[in-house]
Amino acid sequence: MSSEALRAPDPYQLEPRPAGAHASPAVTGHGAGGPAPKRIVVGYGFWIFLLSDVIMFASFFAAYAVLFKNTAGGPTAEQLFDLHNTAVETACLLASTFTCGMASLAVGQRSQKWTQIFLLLTGLLGLAFITLEVREFLSLVHRGAGPSRSAFLSSFFTLVGCHGVHVSAGILWLGTMMAQFYAKGFRQDIRHRFLCFSLFWHALDIIWVGIFSLVYLVGTLPPELLP
Amino acid sequence: MSSEHEFDAGSTVGEDRPAGGGGAPERTLGQEVGSYVLGLALAVGLTAASFWVRGTDLVYGPGLAMALLVLAVAQMGIHLIFFLHITTDPDNANNVLALAFGVLIVCLIVFGSLWVMEHLNHNMVPMQELMRMQR
Repeated sequence: MSSEALRAPDPYQLEPRPAGAHASPAVTGHGAGGPAPKRIVVGYGFWIFLLSDVIMFASFFAAYAVLFKNTAGGPTAEQLFDLHNTAVETACLLASTFTCGMASLAVGQRSQKWTQIFLLLTGLLGLAFITLEVREFLSLVHRGAGPSRSAFLSSFFTLVGCHGVHVSAGILWLGTMMAQFYAKGFRQDIRHRFLCFSLFWHALDIIWVGIFSLVYLVGTLPPELLP
Repeated sequence: MSSEHEFDAGSTVGEDRPAGGGGAPERTLGQEVGSYVLGLALAVGLTAASFWVRGTDLVYGPGLAMALLVLAVAQMGIHLIFFLHITTDPDNANNVLALAFGVLIVCLIVFGSLWVMEHLNHNMVPMQELMRMQR
């Protein structure tokens, strides 16, 4: 190593530096390299929104956990839920989160064809998920287990329905992203919007992991095995 | 060094990382795809494990709920790392801190509600007795 390299300033140094030396762009995360790139600021802002959304879902999870046993003499989770349906829904959403990741790689490659193909796949898998969920809800209501039957079912429909509304909104957003890429190309502001969309879509799958594990798998355990 | 690093030059692959990529070494498209495939494989494995654990009688019954909770948290971690790209990159420090705060609030809401309501239920007159007293 040459002596010049040894004298080079450490970009992560915390003490005050001589004037003009703090402009190294390699240390943006430490607040010392000037303003962060817009992509990082946009991602951070949307991440804060997603966390607030997750906190809202946490409240619904808490309500469900508290009201879970209050079935008012009506049907219980064990009697109502069909785990095969849940497994297929989970597979759809997991596959769509993967194709969404592939779409973001296609955007990075500026490939219009693959971007549109993967976004279309993402949307179709999302639609399949929503279709299965609506069918399940309709069958529950048809069997007299609608949201007004018991506190347990009210909290179930609120929690899972709220996730379904998020996925539906995501599908609409996805449609507008496909149109924007098609009409306007890979402009920087469009790519930032797409960054937010993909964060949103991946976060929805994380919420679903909580729903299928706790609402469906733990919820349908026989009562003597529940904590 | 400063000339080759323009603001928002960004990585040409992996557009959906909320942060990072700034000082991180460039990865090829193959490596990026491989990272997503690995994430998908781990997520599918954990999902399958959850459904398998639910159906098997190999696991001690009263421990099933905790096993499913652990598998769920593990899968959430996999999603955060491989799909949302929450990393230890310096550019990602703010995202990690916000996530830590979010996890704190989520735990307070969920476990706090369960704890308080459990005590409330415990101290309340059971509904059948309440009905009898009203007669």
